[in-house]
Amino acid sequence: MQDIAAAAQPSLSPEDTRALRTVFNVYTICAALWLVFATFIGVILAFKFVYPEFWAHAGWLTFGRLRPIHTNDTFYAWASIGLVGIAYYVAARSSRTRLYSPMLAWIGLGLFNIAAIAGTVALDLGINDGTLEYREWIWPIRLVFLAALLVTAWNLIATVARRNTQGIYLSNWYTIGGVLWTCIISIVAIVPWYQYGLGQVAVSGFFMHNAVGLWFTPMALGILYYAIPKLFSRPIYSYALGVFAFWTNLIFYPIIGSHHFLFSPLPWWLQTIAIVFSVAMLVPVWAGSANYLLTMRGRPERLYRSPAMFILVGVLGYLIGSSQGTAEAFRSMQQIWHLTNFTVGHSHLTMYGFITFVIWGGVYGLLPRITGKQANNLLMGIHFWWATVGMIIYVLALSIGGTVQGLDWIHGLPFIDSVVNMAPYWLWRAIGGSMMFASHLLFLWNVWFMTYGKRQPKAFAVASTGVTA
Amino acid sequence: MKALLLIAGGSTLVYAMLAVLMGVIPGIELSKTPPGPGVEPLTPLEAEGREVYVANGCSYCHTQQVRPLPEDAVFGRPTAAGDLAYQTPELLGSERNGPDLSDIGARQPSAVWQYMHLYDPRSVVPQSIMPDFSFLFRVVAQAPAGVTPVPVPKPYAPAHGVVIPTHKAVALVAYLLSLKQPPIPGYQPPSAAAPSAAPPSAAPGAAPAFDAAEGAKLFSANCAVCHQASGEGIAGVFPPLKGNAVVLAADPTQQIHVILEGLQGANVGDTVYPGQMPAFKSVLSDAQIANIIDHERTSWGNHSPLATPADVAAERAKLKHQE
Repeated sequence: MQDIAAAAQPSLSPEDTRALRTVFNVYTICAALWLVFATFIGVILAFKFVYPEFWAHAGWLTFGRLRPIHTNDTFYAWASIGLVGIAYYVAARSSRTRLYSPMLAWIGLGLFNIAAIAGTVALDLGINDGTLEYREWIWPIRLVFLAALLVTAWNLIATVARRNTQGIYLSNWYTIGGVLWTCIISIVAIVPWYQYGLGQVAVSGFFMHNAVGLWFTPMALGILYYAIPKLFSRPIYSYALGVFAFWTNLIFYPIIGSHHFLFSPLPWWLQTIAIVFSVAMLVPVWAGSANYLLTMRGRPERLYRSPAMFILVGVLGYLIGSSQGTAEAFRSMQQIWHLTNFTVGHSHLTMYGFITFVIWGGVYGLLPRITGKQANNLLMGIHFWWATVGMIIYVLALSIGGTVQGLDWIHGLPFIDSVVNMAPYWLWRAIGGSMMFASHLLFLWNVWFMTYGKRQPKAFAVASTGVTA
Repeated sequence: MKALLLIAGGSTLVYAMLAVLMGVIPGIELSKTPPGPGVEPLTPLEAEGREVYVANGCSYCHTQQVRPLPEDAVFGRPTAAGDLAYQTPELLGSERNGPDLSDIGARQPSAVWQYMHLYDPRSVVPQSIMPDFSFLFRVVAQAPAGVTPVPVPKPYAPAHGVVIPTHKAVALVAYLLSLKQPPIPGYQPPSAAAPSAAPPSAAPGAAPAFDAAEGAKLFSANCAVCHQASGEGIAGVFPPLKGNAVVLAADPTQQIHVILEGLQGANVGDTVYPGQMPAFKSVLSDAQIANIIDHERTSWGNHSPLATPADVAAERAKLKHQE
């Protein structure tokens, strides 16, 4: 590890490759297990809306304790671990070097898992830092997560610092940036001494959106800048556009958080600024999406294969979900949709349709390149269709239902009517959610095959060109 | 190395500045917001109840922010910055699967109802999808001295024994009952909602017709959680309106009076009811109250003469005069 001369050699030793493979592999397995767990909780929650007596009568089964377990584990266990695993692979491969330190990667993985396990247990016991969304974990657990981020940042930066390429490939801008910015978000969120009452509302608005938009978004975007050129064997359509999207995303995103608290007692100007920059977010979103779609254009023979299809849905999820976010940020739209289930549909379109599909595309597309083991095409296809159809049902049900809910309130119906009118939509949501969950079991199975299955030497022998600029 | 420093370091510096600007500074400045008039810190028991509320994630379905929008007026006046002075952690919430609770202590002041509803929400609101919080209660053979058992209706009650609240349930109910929005001196609710809700009373002299659909809607929104959609109330807890002497009386004055002023310890048919009814004089207009009364007077087999908004206005004026 201290031997810089060795690292400078473009050729990697078999040990280096094995270390990178094991890291990528074990991160993916952990992530997949967390996905299954977190979405199992999600399915239970969905059914509680339909059958409130389902798995009830005990504190540790009550909705209000399970909901943060579902959200925090999908965020900080499934998505975080899954994205970091791929980011390590991307960093090492796009820099034509080895992973700086497998040991640091293991420490990071351990910390991510410790935080998630401790967080899950604490939340189920009713121990939380307030029901502040996505930062419910008590501060000692959040410190463990922060430590995992710091270790990851160190490892990624050190890997890219030892690159054998001229420039730093764009993917690493996004992933390294994402990890570093999230360290700042974590500190801002944990430090309690300046967050009281309305001040805490302002911090909640800031945190809620930044945790999503400056952690998951850049990580996933960075992976797309590597995975799409790999899968389509051509360089990214416009490197400059990617750089442009990087900086605009960085500058616009931190400002939009307060749109979660429109019509609240937060200062009106703070809300208005958030709306303005929510519109500005269309710039990086459309720039990024166009860049990905134009790279994929005209290669149907590669597009209609499973890993690329996951990527395509991920890109569309990014485009549609983020544009929808802009539409939702207007006061006129919030008057209908704010506080309704529409928001829950939106968060699934983004965290699932965008982030989760990108992770799947990254794993299916990249993991076999280093393990030499492919997942079964049919099972991958079933995973794809169940997840996609399930998600469409889920999002449509809550989007329509949420609109009905909002209009019921505007029309002055008794509140309970809005609950009764949601019943069919909540049932469809549970059906869509169950399909999504079933597909996750297949994903776990497929990950197993990409790890321990039969080797298929010919499939990925072809070295792709054009990834590094 | 230079490039790495520029990208990683430069972007992180930019982000740190934005985080201070959009997160830290608003946090520091807004934390200094002084409490509004009449906004008091919680008592120790209420504060404990708030912890139970937080631990069990009530705010994932119940907001505590009334927006300055017409549809939110049913939950109280718009939440003001000064209301949040003692609210850490903040409980504004992001989803309203259940009603807003900013003013629940005023809208539903009956502790008995709160206990029944927490033990099994469907015992008072059959369509409710709220989880039951029976784990905050204990079932015992006999209530200890000084503890009133929760009057759970038969179909929802345990087969043997009686239900008594644990300390956590007592604290939680104390917290819920403490949620009352203090009035803001000089604040007038936007008058837009009232005239549209009460156009008939605008024509003086002409007796406005009873709007049956409106009456049913208002009854469902304001009365049904206790008196039930069937008008039968809950035996021993909330009095029935079906066959109720006050509702059947030809003169609606007493019925109007009860709705305007609220009631405690109602004595109906020789039964004294423990439930507490809130006053609706500052919540409902004359026309709305007349519609509710007429709904009660024409439903569940009740047939008694209808009341008019003018009757309500007269009683309201009389009460004001007495003050």
